[in-house]
Amino acid sequence: MTTMETATFQTVQVHRVWIRATPEAIWDAITKPEWTERYGYSGRADFDLRPGGAYRSLATPQQKAHGLPDVVVDGEVIEADPPRRLVHTMRMLVDEEAMSAGFTRVTYEIEPGVGGATQVTVTHDVSTAPQIAAVVGGGAAGTGAGGGWPFILSDLKSLLETGEALGYQP
Amino acid sequence: MTDDDRVFKALADPTRRFLLDLLFERDGRTLTELESQVEMTRIGVMKHLRVLEDAGLVVTRRRGREKLHFLNSVPIRLIHDRWIDKYTERRASALADLKRELEETG
Repeated sequence: MTTMETATFQTVQVHRVWIRATPEAIWDAITKPEWTERYGYSGRADFDLRPGGAYRSLATPQQKAHGLPDVVVDGEVIEADPPRRLVHTMRMLVDEEAMSAGFTRVTYEIEPGVGGATQVTVTHDVSTAPQIAAVVGGGAAGTGAGGGWPFILSDLKSLLETGEALGYQP
Repeated sequence: MTDDDRVFKALADPTRRFLLDLLFERDGRTLTELESQVEMTRIGVMKHLRVLEDAGLVVTRRRGREKLHFLNSVPIRLIHDRWIDKYTERRASALADLKRELEETG
């Protein structure tokens, strides 16, 4: 077996969490900057929520102090159906390598369940950019890239259910 | 049973951990692909996948007539964050801060 065959091979990632919050609250937490700065990588999101609209995520002052550019992620909104479904592209601008990976597609599906819990599923199609699979999947945490989607969704759950994020850097 | 109970129960079985390993290597596999890697009947593999799905560790998606299985590591992250990280990571980062301060002032 060659190295290529044993390497982690991913084209689409699916990350799912149940959150005791309304779909509306979750939608706001994903799309509004005053919420996105409170969990995960803490960047303020800037969404123009219509097909073709721009998406950007801005660096925090601390991230800028560490040399990250003002805009850390850019992309385009493909579909926005509040509070149930959001599809957008994203490209990481943190360094040359991430930038050269280009745009990938993220789909959020927000589905109300029983007993006040809502199911949030993030599907990230990284088939065009396998080099970012480890970063967004959480497999590159040891390199300082943070815990990716599992970290973001866990922190989002914590924020919405307890009023507080976990309170540490990814 | 709580969500955590389901995760621990699902992870307590070596075959189920092996199925997760297979999905970690290559995500989005069909039952037929998974079955071919395990010495077990199709029904047996289906039962294990069901337990993994109930625990949220496997998420399935339809693609045409196929059902694809994806590894979802979020439940493991939740356990990590609530039980381990909240004690260790802050302490570790406090130590890292102390080290930096000492190096800067030293």
